[in-house]
Amino acid sequence: MHRADPPRAASLIVMADQANFTDLTMPFMGPLYSAALRMTHNPADAEDLVQETYLRAYKGFGSFESGTNLKAWMYRILTNTFINQYRAARRRPEKADVEDIEDLYLYRRLGSLDAAIAEQSPESEVLSRIPDKTVKDAVDALPEQFRVAVLLADVEGFSYKEIAEILDIPIGTVMSRLHRGRKQLQKQLWEFASERGLLPDSAR
Amino acid sequence: MDGMDCADALRQIYSYMDGELTDDKRQAIALHLGKCSPCAGGFDFEVELSRLVASKCQETPPADLRERIALAITKLDPTV
Repeated sequence: MHRADPPRAASLIVMADQANFTDLTMPFMGPLYSAALRMTHNPADAEDLVQETYLRAYKGFGSFESGTNLKAWMYRILTNTFINQYRAARRRPEKADVEDIEDLYLYRRLGSLDAAIAEQSPESEVLSRIPDKTVKDAVDALPEQFRVAVLLADVEGFSYKEIAEILDIPIGTVMSRLHRGRKQLQKQLWEFASERGLLPDSAR
Repeated sequence: MDGMDCADALRQIYSYMDGELTDDKRQAIALHLGKCSPCAGGFDFEVELSRLVASKCQETPPADLRERIALAITKLDPTV
């Protein structure tokens, strides 16, 4: 029986590690790419961001505590990579919008619209007619901090505690960004829907 | 009178929707929504909007991205 020489044994261990890492993390690639595309606004940068996230995750995989939330850990690397590389490169200062938007902004506007046109068209029906691109454009138009909070909560379904850990911010800040982000998204959707003629005539 | 007005309920509507409230607060809001149809309609709409955003923001990565990532990882380890 031959003993494997040390380099070969080492390479087998590396291969096993790679296979393990790949098996565990590849199911997150679609969601990570979806988030990356909304963060970077373009497919080429989103692909680079996801690839860089996987490379960093692989290098740091030894520090991941098994049994904890691997998906959240991957998102933490994604958002950190985005903030450090892509946002820094853009150097576009983001103005923080402190505008206070009322509760149920979109629901109330769509509701008053129904009354105005005396046509039976529930708010949810108007909502369902809004095209995919308009929804994506409205998300893309959000200030970055709000956009990331909305993506992590609404698209990925992370809890406030998980988002706090991913972004390394207090839970109160998560709530503030998420709640304001959702309201601003409604205002943006209303504006885009009006501009693009997606609402019944009386609303324009 | 359920001890909660519409403004109180709406202020916590996102935390309620996200399942982030303590049991007693959650029950108080559920009670209010059961009695107040305008708030209940608003809540249902918020849930629907959240689902809409989730469904419209699912993207499909390019078919070769997985392979490119696997290749890049292999290149990190010259021993392989």
